[in-house]
Amino acid sequence: MAGLGKRRRAELRFRAYGLVSIMAALVFLVLLFTSIVSKGYSAFLYTNVALDITFDPQLIDPEGSRSAEALASGDYDALWKSSIYKLFPEVTERQKKRALAGFVGSSAGQRLRAMVKGDLSLIGSTQRVWLPVDDTIDMLAKGNLGDTAELSDKNKDSLAWLTELQNQNRIRKAINKEFFMNGDSREPEAAGIWGAVMGSAFTLMVTIGLSLPIGIAAAIYLEEFATRNRWTDLIEVNINNLAAVPSIVFGLLGLAVFINLFGLPRSSPLVGGLVLTLMTLPVIIIAGRSALKSVPPSVREAALGIGASPVQMVFHHVLPLAMPGMLTGAIIGTARALGESAPLLMIGMVAFIVDVPTGLTSPATVLPVQIYLWADSPERAFVERTSAAIMVLLVFLIVMNGLAVYLRKRYERRW
Amino acid sequence: MLICRSYGVNSLEKSTLWVLILLLGVVAYHFGSTRARSLIKTNGPKLNSLPGFYGYYLALWAILPASLVMLFWFLGESHVITSGALAVLPAEMTQGDVNQLSLLVNAIRNIAAGSGYEQADPTMRAAVDRYLQLGRQSNLLLTVLSLCASLAGVLYAQRQIAPEFRARNQVEKVLTYGLIGCALLAILTTVGIVLSVLIESVRFFQMVPITEFLFGLKWSPQIAMRSDQVGSSGAFGVIPLLVGTCLISMIAMIVAVPIGLLSAIYLSEYAGPRFRSIAKPLLEILAGIPTVVYGFFAALVVAPFIRDLGTSIGLDVSSESALAAGLVMGIMIIPFVCSLSDDFINAVPQSLRDGAYALGATPSETIRQVIMPAALPGVVGGILLAVSRAIGETMIVVMAAGLSANLTFNPLSAVTTVTTQIVTLLVGDQEFDSPKTLAAFALGLVLFLLTLALNILALRIVRKYREQYE
Repeated sequence: MAGLGKRRRAELRFRAYGLVSIMAALVFLVLLFTSIVSKGYSAFLYTNVALDITFDPQLIDPEGSRSAEALASGDYDALWKSSIYKLFPEVTERQKKRALAGFVGSSAGQRLRAMVKGDLSLIGSTQRVWLPVDDTIDMLAKGNLGDTAELSDKNKDSLAWLTELQNQNRIRKAINKEFFMNGDSREPEAAGIWGAVMGSAFTLMVTIGLSLPIGIAAAIYLEEFATRNRWTDLIEVNINNLAAVPSIVFGLLGLAVFINLFGLPRSSPLVGGLVLTLMTLPVIIIAGRSALKSVPPSVREAALGIGASPVQMVFHHVLPLAMPGMLTGAIIGTARALGESAPLLMIGMVAFIVDVPTGLTSPATVLPVQIYLWADSPERAFVERTSAAIMVLLVFLIVMNGLAVYLRKRYERRW
Repeated sequence: MLICRSYGVNSLEKSTLWVLILLLGVVAYHFGSTRARSLIKTNGPKLNSLPGFYGYYLALWAILPASLVMLFWFLGESHVITSGALAVLPAEMTQGDVNQLSLLVNAIRNIAAGSGYEQADPTMRAAVDRYLQLGRQSNLLLTVLSLCASLAGVLYAQRQIAPEFRARNQVEKVLTYGLIGCALLAILTTVGIVLSVLIESVRFFQMVPITEFLFGLKWSPQIAMRSDQVGSSGAFGVIPLLVGTCLISMIAMIVAVPIGLLSAIYLSEYAGPRFRSIAKPLLEILAGIPTVVYGFFAALVVAPFIRDLGTSIGLDVSSESALAAGLVMGIMIIPFVCSLSDDFINAVPQSLRDGAYALGATPSETIRQVIMPAALPGVVGGILLAVSRAIGETMIVVMAAGLSANLTFNPLSAVTTVTTQIVTLLVGDQEFDSPKTLAAFALGLVLFLLTLALNILALRIVRKYREQYE
């Protein structure tokens, strides 16, 4: 053996290795969260510009009939364009004028139309209206496009206009309602997560509705009723293996069986939920079995002793005691299903879907897949939206895991 | 492949029918339990089972036969209706091969769902009319049949209600069968996976020889799509994908194994309960983060960072380098390795530790020379499970690794993996007669077998080890 000093130093070194490893893992965690939060928090706010809009009857409804069709066909884009041209009379060049028109987001016309529809008395008046700017301008206002010196000429112009408007108090940041209320869109300023959230909700509804009863039933059978023989061994090995099968393979199964064989609709929450059910089942069964195992045999013997049948013993006495543990496992399994995306890519939930899904068979996408789709988009503005969507997903996951921890703490019993 | 869809026109009525039958079940339950209670009044308390069990017995007879009828309908209905609708069309329209036929069927369904009936020509209209008419008739027949089955079941069952009838035993038997059925679903899932992957793979190997797939050094399914001579183009070699998968998994394990193992050792042997109760949940957060988030992190933060770092010291780093994907995958796997090793280190009996300390060993000497050798089989099993997870991981590599199938072990270049290729081949249009789509299933088979072998090996080692100290 080496000298005592050397051994002590080796001891300290080894201990430091362990501490450094844990710290390294935690640093990764912090790095991950800070990079996502710092990229994403700005997406919850959006830059708006105040324009003095003259609701010119000549442009909105030249014939003066005020009928729904006449109002719908008015030239609302001309309203805000003339207003912003008025603010910068020095811009006369054709190309620059076009750039100036691109300052305001493309949904401005639709907003003005909605305003007029809601209140006909606006026609003929002049109002100061807050309109969302274009997504590139939003990026400029948030300083996400890097150094001023490296900007393109077009963006330099926009920046000059932006500063000018800021000096006139015509620029403000407002809560980005579109992000929470809209479905997907090719335009970053109109793209929202509501469609994906609803898709996730429908998918999880199917998953929970199927995997919870089936998983609990399977756990009860394997733990309470099955006699140990070759068959139950086979089932057990099977479940343990299924828990470790790559999730993408379940997607292949869903594509081949649910879509091609059973003819269920592609891209639907129904098929997504079925695939995720098969994926979650092993987790729920394994957790359920260990929860049942932790109920002491004395409870079973007492129930049988006062004349309960084995089924009554399980359902009246053992199951209620094991339920919190089973539910904890189920919540953790569901949280995993909520974050899963790979198998859903296989069954077509990756399509570009604008409408918010309304049912189990309407085409939908889910939150993680939406994140994947946005991460692939080239527009700069989608980066912050991706990060913001990730933040929303993480909030859901934290709530679910927190619930599981609470259940465990509140109802856990040591026998 | 003829794709049958039974959804659309008549899904709503089926769900109402379901609710109706369930309601019938509730009514039957009440009927049965009241009948049983009235028996108590006349015969005294001599019933074999509690009154509720007679109710459950009747409810089962109300629901199960009707469900069987509906299941039968679900399996056969769409086939009967579409062939009925196709029979109306002139023979020359239905002579085509399977693909044309499925196009035709889809056209009929689209029109039936309410798009473009006015524009369709008369023959198509006749087929659509027939399709809708058959659908209505089938629904009517189903309603009548399943309600009849339900009522007949209740009628049959209520005649059995008698004081000596063993209702509880009957109900419990059905319940047990239900439980067994749920447990068998696990086997059914495995069979489903194997069959679905195997059948399409066999079709693939009929187009591309299996030796070429297993030993080919070139992978480029896109080129093969364009030329007609698919089998001879030699673009379906799986070796570059396997090499890419191995490379990325290896990088991941180089990150995850030391960090995970040392963290586990520190947490279980050195850390006090306070530190442990904070650090462990924090590490587990890493395990709960969805993989798509890791993928985004890898593609947006780590990959550019590594590329810039490489450029600054004069290295040529691809922007989709294997290093970035592997590094982030390693971070993802840390908690997995950590919690498994933690379990195995804790399973080593305290007496071994006490013995080593008694001989004068320092804690680190105890860990290295006593605990680790004792825990090694378990830890190796855990690492194998981690490898299998790394191989099957999809989103990180889809988002951060490239698509170019380079046969290289250079971690700074772009490689592609089995899972990435499955996703790229199957996202978008799928044609189940082209080798491009079927290749995804062959890759799925490779992936499934590879991870299965690793899992079985790992679980066997782990189980053997657990028994050793129990």
